[in-house]
Amino acid sequence: MSDHKTMTLTLIVWRQKSANDPGKFETYTAKNITEHHSFLEMLDCVNEDLIAAGKEPIVFDHDCREGICGMCSQVINGAPHGGQERTTVCQLHMRKFKDGDTIYIEPWRAKAFPILKDLVVDRAALDTIIQAGGYTSCHTGGVPDGNAVLIPKPIAEEATDAAECIGCGACVAGCPNSAAMLFTGAKVSQLALLPQGRPEAAARVTNMVNAMKECGFGNCTNHYECQASCPKGIDVKFIARMNREYLKSLFS
Amino acid sequence: MQILTTSIGRKILMAITGQLMVLFVVVHLLGNSSIFVGADGINAYAKHLHDLGPLVWIFRLVMLSFIAIHGIYGIQLTLENNAATPQAYAVKNLSKATLSSNNMIWTGLLILLFIVYHLLQFTVRVTPDIVQGVDALGRYDVFNMVVTSFKNGGIAALYVAAMIVLFLHLNHGIQSFFQTMGWNNDKTLPVISKLGKVVAVVFLIGYSSIPVFILTGILSK
Repeated sequence: MSDHKTMTLTLIVWRQKSANDPGKFETYTAKNITEHHSFLEMLDCVNEDLIAAGKEPIVFDHDCREGICGMCSQVINGAPHGGQERTTVCQLHMRKFKDGDTIYIEPWRAKAFPILKDLVVDRAALDTIIQAGGYTSCHTGGVPDGNAVLIPKPIAEEATDAAECIGCGACVAGCPNSAAMLFTGAKVSQLALLPQGRPEAAARVTNMVNAMKECGFGNCTNHYECQASCPKGIDVKFIARMNREYLKSLFS
Repeated sequence: MQILTTSIGRKILMAITGQLMVLFVVVHLLGNSSIFVGADGINAYAKHLHDLGPLVWIFRLVMLSFIAIHGIYGIQLTLENNAATPQAYAVKNLSKATLSSNNMIWTGLLILLFIVYHLLQFTVRVTPDIVQGVDALGRYDVFNMVVTSFKNGGIAALYVAAMIVLFLHLNHGIQSFFQTMGWNNDKTLPVISKLGKVVAVVFLIGYSSIPVFILTGILSK
């Protein structure tokens, strides 16, 4: 029965004690892994063994384990979240690997995402970009009628596609330039598409683009690696839309 | 002026100057193809250009400014991008980036070197291979000069190599222009990418055909 087959894997994992530690790769063996383990469950097994041996477990970020929280900042064999299309690390299963495989596990590497410990990075720079304009200012008060503001269905759909972003930072990790254009483009587009977002559209794109630079992200050179890395499959058309919004803002 | 400082602003300036230089590459190819008419074709074309006088110099200064803007921002952007990625991954598995998109700075700098050589050769005419003279109608004999130089296999090969580098640069550059200007979406991107490649191939074949035809003797005096 395939259910009883187990795999033994060699993991080459980035270990770094703190933000200032230079860090280095350590090699571990993952034993008794079945094809049903998720990648994070595989790491849990390795950590159980490490703890039993009195060693420091591998520190990694995780939260929902259902593919929507965006915490698992791991580059696996050179691809963010392991490179399977539209997949976070928790949704990557060990059936994608073979017995005897060697797997490299590294944290997101970007100046804007300092490594805190092992595979955990600080993604607060994405919050800074959102704080620069990723919102709409509106007065509170009575709940408006649902159909008071009409939004055509295709526009609502497109805005929702952009809103799928979970802020995981895989686009930055996959980008050879560490640019945050897909993340920022998705938020700028989501709000620019909707009537509620239009009044602040010009100021928003200016402020968010400035924030990207201040946070230390790189510049986009249209490689489109971000779209391939995105666990939600966010399209680079939203970067084009942000560029369009930016051009418009220059004349507003 | 925030267009000069922000990431997207500088990108737009690079895209516009890049695309205007692509237009020059189109016009230059059309002009060059007058060599296939023979000495009468290209010598007459060169004389018409030179008779424009000060306009030629204005045009040259404009082209120089395009090269400067495109080049300076290109270098700045590459340095910033390297700084944004201080530590490389031990393993990097790229799925969308290409030989073209990864090497824009190097193909760009090589094209710049080629332009300097090309101007010293056929515009300033100071390289040792240059044969200067006038044709029967008293015009500068561009045809004889070009054919003599391209009879040298090394020079012909260098030109073809430079056109391969230009192809690599424009293969990424032409489609990139539309994305940067925001004139793109998920439906147009695949079409624009293919068209960009086709145009880059046309340049490669068109420009390379001149040294190749001369070297092989298909085009001769």
